[in-house]
Amino acid sequence: MTSTNQAVTRLDGPDKVTGRARYAVEYGANDVAYAWPVQATCARGRLDRAETDAALAVPGVLDVLTHENVLRLHADGEISPAHMGALPDLLLLQSKDLVFRGQLVAAVIAETPEAAREGAAAVVVVTEAEHARLELTVGDDEAIVPDITNDLSPGHVARGDADRDFADAPVRLDTTYSTAANFAMPMEPHAAMATWDGDRLTVHASDQGPPWTAMTLAGLLGLPPSNVEVVAEYVGGGFGSKAAPRPPIMLAVLAARLVGRPVKVALNRQQSTSLTTYRGPSRQRIRIGAGTDGRISSVIHETTGQTSRLTTYADQTVSATRLMYRAEHCRTTTNVLPLDVPTPAWVRAPGEAPGMFALESAMDELAVQLGMDPIELRVLNEPETDPESGLPFTSRNLVSCLRIGAERFGWSDRRPEPGATSDGRWRLGMGVAAATYPHYLFPSTATARVDSAHRYTVRIGAADIGTGARTALHQIAADALKVPMSDVRIELGRASHGSAPFAGGSMGTASWGAAIESACRELRRRISAGGGIPDEGLEAGAETLEVMTPSNFSRHAYGAHFAAVRVDRDTGEVQVDRMLGVFATGRIINPLTAKSQAVGAMIMGMGMALMEAAEPDTRFGGFVTQDLAGYHVPAHADVRDIDAMFLTEEDPNLGPIAGRGVGEIGIVGTAAAITNAIHNATGIRIKDLPVRAENLLLRVAVKAGER
Amino acid sequence: MNTDTRSMVRITVNGKVHEQQIDHRSTLLDLLRETLRLTGTKKGCDHGQCGACTVLVDGQRVLSCLKLVVTLDDASVVTIEGLDTDGVHPLQEAFVARDALQCGYCTPGQVCSAIGAMDEARRGWPSLVTPDLANAEVELSTLSREEIRERMSGNLCRCGAYPSIVDAIEDVARQDANGTV
Repeated sequence: MTSTNQAVTRLDGPDKVTGRARYAVEYGANDVAYAWPVQATCARGRLDRAETDAALAVPGVLDVLTHENVLRLHADGEISPAHMGALPDLLLLQSKDLVFRGQLVAAVIAETPEAAREGAAAVVVVTEAEHARLELTVGDDEAIVPDITNDLSPGHVARGDADRDFADAPVRLDTTYSTAANFAMPMEPHAAMATWDGDRLTVHASDQGPPWTAMTLAGLLGLPPSNVEVVAEYVGGGFGSKAAPRPPIMLAVLAARLVGRPVKVALNRQQSTSLTTYRGPSRQRIRIGAGTDGRISSVIHETTGQTSRLTTYADQTVSATRLMYRAEHCRTTTNVLPLDVPTPAWVRAPGEAPGMFALESAMDELAVQLGMDPIELRVLNEPETDPESGLPFTSRNLVSCLRIGAERFGWSDRRPEPGATSDGRWRLGMGVAAATYPHYLFPSTATARVDSAHRYTVRIGAADIGTGARTALHQIAADALKVPMSDVRIELGRASHGSAPFAGGSMGTASWGAAIESACRELRRRISAGGGIPDEGLEAGAETLEVMTPSNFSRHAYGAHFAAVRVDRDTGEVQVDRMLGVFATGRIINPLTAKSQAVGAMIMGMGMALMEAAEPDTRFGGFVTQDLAGYHVPAHADVRDIDAMFLTEEDPNLGPIAGRGVGEIGIVGTAAAITNAIHNATGIRIKDLPVRAENLLLRVAVKAGER
Repeated sequence: MNTDTRSMVRITVNGKVHEQQIDHRSTLLDLLRETLRLTGTKKGCDHGQCGACTVLVDGQRVLSCLKLVVTLDDASVVTIEGLDTDGVHPLQEAFVARDALQCGYCTPGQVCSAIGAMDEARRGWPSLVTPDLANAEVELSTLSREEIRERMSGNLCRCGAYPSIVDAIEDVARQDANGTV
């Protein structure tokens, strides 16, 4: 009996349900102080000065961190390559240029959180404000096509001549979509406690990747990497927003340096909206050329997003389009417009989530135009090899996901004509959408030890941000050591355990697991080579290499989402009755925690579809929706019957762990399944996310021919 | 005029009496986390919008971020750390068994809120989705999933563990025979 492939309850469950699990600023420290940010109130301009006398007079205030007394950072220091985009936002108070509303202009450090906050309110910030550009528009002269987008693919990619093919195609669809900006809004806001001991630094941080964060902090502070420890044993969610160090971590470090005491920084929701990144809004246009039989010959997918003045960031919004369907001709173009806004960055499936909303909605539109079933249209256009690279898929199984899902969900009960099914005031509908997410692997290190009592300890620098990685890695380690899980202790979440990639890109379990498996096997080899375990125990380390998988394959996870919705004929209210996700993600180490992750991502996808809108403040900058009363996320009452299942897959070309990761695919395509179901219920095509009841209000009845 | 910004407050937390000078601005949440070092109660929004800071005050669920300590003289507070002095509360076990958590940051609030909600149902309190408010027949052991969802909607979970949280609460509620849980 193996430990992997079993539904093992979460290893850290007991610590989490009892409150024993400690998150970043829950560690104690003698003499700890608290820092509270002071933020710019203009979106563009120049800082003249921060007047601190009144703040310093507040009882309990220790000092005010300003551009005058801040430690000079080494902007050209060696940092993690993954943090290049995050770097400019980390250079706190190093410049007087103000480039977005909410930028840090000072911070008050005090004995108590109350005093720090009162002090921050007393700081007088004098700025020279300038006219700011705050509105995302399409076709702007200042927009650029970036050399590379976030997944390293170019901003402009073409195969064949899609524009010419589309112009001549017998069936043509030309349609536009938009998605709102989204916040990650993890339940634990970004937080950190920094402690200096001479030139050694320890940061307890809410962070998805302690080793890389330590490397970047060391580079920016001019310290040897071994002088920086980052601890993230428990992290209250991140969804990409904590996959690079963000300003709160650096603020704790700089404030602690200034006052010579440990300093805690715990952002509130309002501060988080400008200092911890967000998923940028998108404006997309899709053109599909097809034959009258439904065979797609060309796809053109263009997107426009925004970036800040600090860095050119562009989601890979159009990447999935290049490999989803058999189209001889394809062009994708990414435009990005620099604005005086906070820097957008990673939020769960950055690019794939908004991009597949558009593509999968367009596929539904095309199916309607052709009079075809949307599942059959997708099956008809299933490619045999990756249409972009020409490489064979390690496995694909998208058709199986669609077929099995249709069977389970009762797709045959769906009536294709919109508005045909109702339940009292409610119009009912079903929708489908496909999903995909790339399979990434990254080099990692791990160590395995055994003591003379045959107790094993496995260490890795990675963080479990709620994914269940701690449990899955424990299972992998036990199997590799050929011992029961109870003989193995797993320790993670520390930079000093060695380099490991962040928890992101759905690559954690496969990347870390490979290193752990390798270290455990090496330890077993040493135990048998030495004929037993010496009194001092034995240790083995492993470092996986860049090339862990054959390169001549296209490696992606696939899935299918099904949704059944009801729309109130009179109020436009939408309820999601049922959702089913069927995923082909290779080997599943722990079906219990994997399902939780997939269901959770589907719920976040429901939020993206129906409620989540980070509304830009186009007059003053930043966002209007600054808290959880304005930025709505799904609550218990919104979430009814949601199920996820994984196909049984054996895929030998995925690397040692043979799993593709399940963290993100659950949010890819989800929104389209819901809005396609809304179309089936009402005849109204949702083009802009999130769905707003007012957009369905009158039109539901009009479309149904009742007004 | 009394300009003192602090007052002596006597408050019981998990059975232990604390008598101390309290800054009038201090919330119960900050007292628990920063002063008493009971960090099981979480700060998710500090604004009464997420439920992560839910504790039981005199037996009822309360958002500790919205409660000033100075208003709690002689009150008795139970936090996630004090739910069951004998070990683990059945609801905590059910959360683990059902995988009703991921990152765990909302979990203590979900558990405390569920205990409060179950107690409200045991008393027969109706909710927004109870069919007939005038003649409400509410029993914990037969509480529907819709009722559980409604009563738990003040507790956000960004990881999306909602279906499993309802499973866990349902498991424990079903075992309830006149308040044995």
